[in-house]
Amino acid sequence: MQQLSLKSIIYDARMRGYFYQVFILSCLSFGFWWLIDNTVTNLADRGKTVGFGFLSENAGFQISATLGTWLFDYNVGQSSYLDVYFIGIANTFLVAILGIAGATIIGFTVGIMRLSKNFIVRSFATVYIELLRNIPLLLQLFFWYFAVLRALPSKRDKIEIIPDVAAMNITGLYLPAPIIEPGFIYSVTAFVVAIIITLVMKSWAQKRQFETGQRFPVLWTALGLIFGLTMLTFWITGNPMSWSYPEFKMTGAILRRGFQSGSGMVLVPEMLAVWLALTLYTAAFIAEIVRAGILAVAKGQTEAAYSIGMRPGMTLRLIIIPQALRVIIPPLTSQYLNLTKNSSLAVAIAYPELVSIFAGTALNQVGKEIEMIFMMMMVYLTFSLATAAFMNWFNARVKLVER
Amino acid sequence: MTTPRKYVRTEDAPLLPPPATEAGITGWLWQNIFASMSDFQSLGAAIRSLFMILFSLLLVYLFIDQTYGLIDFAILSAVWSDPEGLKREACWTVQQGGSLPDGWHGACWPFVWAKQKFAWFGPYPSEELWRIYLSLIVGSIGLVWALRERLPYRRQVGVLMLTLYPLLAFILLTGGNSDASFTGIGVWIIVGLALISVGRMGAAGHLGTIFAEFAGIFGIVGWGIIALNVVRGIVALDFNLTPVGTGDWGGLLITLVVALTGIVASLPLGIILALGRRSEMPVVSVLCTIFIEFWRGVPLITVLFMASVMLPLFLPAGVNFDNLLRALIGVMLFSAAYMAEVVRGGLQAIDKGQYEGAQAMGLSYWQTMRLIVLPQALTHVIPGIVNTFIGLFKDTTLVSIVGIFDLLGAGQSAVADAAWSTPVQAITIYLYIGIIFFIFCFGMSRYSIFMENKLSKSRRH
Repeated sequence: MQQLSLKSIIYDARMRGYFYQVFILSCLSFGFWWLIDNTVTNLADRGKTVGFGFLSENAGFQISATLGTWLFDYNVGQSSYLDVYFIGIANTFLVAILGIAGATIIGFTVGIMRLSKNFIVRSFATVYIELLRNIPLLLQLFFWYFAVLRALPSKRDKIEIIPDVAAMNITGLYLPAPIIEPGFIYSVTAFVVAIIITLVMKSWAQKRQFETGQRFPVLWTALGLIFGLTMLTFWITGNPMSWSYPEFKMTGAILRRGFQSGSGMVLVPEMLAVWLALTLYTAAFIAEIVRAGILAVAKGQTEAAYSIGMRPGMTLRLIIIPQALRVIIPPLTSQYLNLTKNSSLAVAIAYPELVSIFAGTALNQVGKEIEMIFMMMMVYLTFSLATAAFMNWFNARVKLVER
Repeated sequence: MTTPRKYVRTEDAPLLPPPATEAGITGWLWQNIFASMSDFQSLGAAIRSLFMILFSLLLVYLFIDQTYGLIDFAILSAVWSDPEGLKREACWTVQQGGSLPDGWHGACWPFVWAKQKFAWFGPYPSEELWRIYLSLIVGSIGLVWALRERLPYRRQVGVLMLTLYPLLAFILLTGGNSDASFTGIGVWIIVGLALISVGRMGAAGHLGTIFAEFAGIFGIVGWGIIALNVVRGIVALDFNLTPVGTGDWGGLLITLVVALTGIVASLPLGIILALGRRSEMPVVSVLCTIFIEFWRGVPLITVLFMASVMLPLFLPAGVNFDNLLRALIGVMLFSAAYMAEVVRGGLQAIDKGQYEGAQAMGLSYWQTMRLIVLPQALTHVIPGIVNTFIGLFKDTTLVSIVGIFDLLGAGQSAVADAAWSTPVQAITIYLYIGIIFFIFCFGMSRYSIFMENKLSKSRRH
């Protein structure tokens, strides 16, 4: 039986650990208490109170027309600050999702180009990556917004991209807007049903191939099913969707010239600039990830696949890509996360996303620093932690496959 | 029985040159350009070759078009000087009221020359610029010395760069002469000396065996207090320099100050956080994990917003940080969290046998880390560390959003100058700033690749 003396406690690593932890916790609690005490005093000095009551107050400022204002039906003086918060979140995610889509396409293309045997293709990709990676994102954002999009024709003029369908001027990019009529829901249902049938068919075809060795043309059947069924329903229900084309007036009173409101839809230049900058910048990083991922697959894998008679396309699809994706996906997710967080740079050109309208304009009007910055940070933090949780799940799954 | 040979070759056959497709310029051209676009054996291969030809032509066209466009804009068509002092009219076309031909599109360099000093140093007083030059020259000599191979005293110079240089730069840039009472500093130094002597006595065993265990802490705290107060004392000395507040700093100077402070502070903080996250004490590891994940989960902009809006609320009334210091604190905490994850990656790569070996030798936790684990872990992740530095350097531009005029912020305010208002004003200054950033970041990334190659070579045997 060991004797419990002061000395034995001090020399016990575990007891020492407890001591340090209690010490650190008490230092930390003291620090927090000090900060909170200061904050309470300072708030009292400034005559401010803490609370979320301001969220139901009406916001009195204009927000430029974007997806968020359309979704939440924003009206100056009628919508609340909570609406402003949700509009900010919607606009942040809009540009993030568009950016992720664009950056993935460009990034994968450039990454594969970088591995090409062709010198021209290879060096073009290298120049793209080195140039875009080594210049700050904010500078690129300013470049697109102040130098490129500001050089577009004035409000009363336009440049056509596709005649009568898509056109641009300094107020933004004008595209046709879909007008959905009541029967459209049937087409959407048909589309979803077709996808479900395709999935069932795919697993049936795979099972049959394993059992009998016979193959089934899944791809063509699926395409026919998805397009055919959807279009057929669309046609039977009497074409329940039409397009509203942007209308442009060249003549008439000078103040009425230009694009007419209420026709087509407009993507504001702020959004275009943010989207371009985020896409092109992140694509450079994704390209490097893709390149590293493909290089990480040992050459023997390709040679083994060829030696059992696989064609190059099959080798790529069945051998290389599944293995490369395991290396690519974790850093790719963190790039997606970076892109989402970087969308906050849009505050610099006043695209109405979360930081810009909630922690910027609304904060200046309401002055509730603590609550508003907390609410803003929570959005990004939730998204980051959710992604991290997904990544842990994914890594665990991939590890099982690896054995 | 064998038939006698009629002919036996007595000398070697002449060496044939390698086939044209394998060596020399033609070989290189064949392998790297034409091989991928000249296979017409089957329909699929022919389509692929044709696509490759068209795609290569498109890329060559794009490259030449863009490069020529850039050269034309920046050099050939550019306006280089403004001898008559016309300002914006020097870069106006006839249509706009100037003398350049209509449709002219080129850089307006006189605008950049006029804003040069502002873009580099902001509103820093012109007659005091030598102080910036001096600190930059000393800094770059020290940096090159510490990073160059085969120079003597590299380690010592490195230590000086981390200790004495920041002090020198701070005094030169601000002018020193900060208000602090020398009596207070003297009292603190005596307290420090007292702590050290108590520690020494304890270590010698005069104050009981239990106390001897903790004697080291007294020494560390004592030396820390003395060092801090010596720095305070030196900064408070009057060097007869005109004081320049951080409000008068700007441009590249701010960019460098923010980036270097972030870099220097983030490494030790990041190491401590990484060690904490891997600690076996649950409280420590949970706290470090929360800290790291919090800062990594939010954008830098929100951190800077928080630093500039909420920091004044957190501190006692009357304590007022200047704008730059607030942003610096935000940048430091933010980059420390990223650095911690890089260092943690290095720690995870260290073999468990290294820890066990160190333990078997009887080394304490800190000795193990300092002598065995960290040197290996850090060299492992040097490329990752440099990449974090590059990211941090680019991220310094964000301070311009909270009203600090770094290089990009100075450029933005130059664009707002109506005296130079021309259609090419924005592009010219962005090109200029872009080149500066590119040189710094590209240089750092080359250094990282160089280190990576060197390390992988040394690891190979």
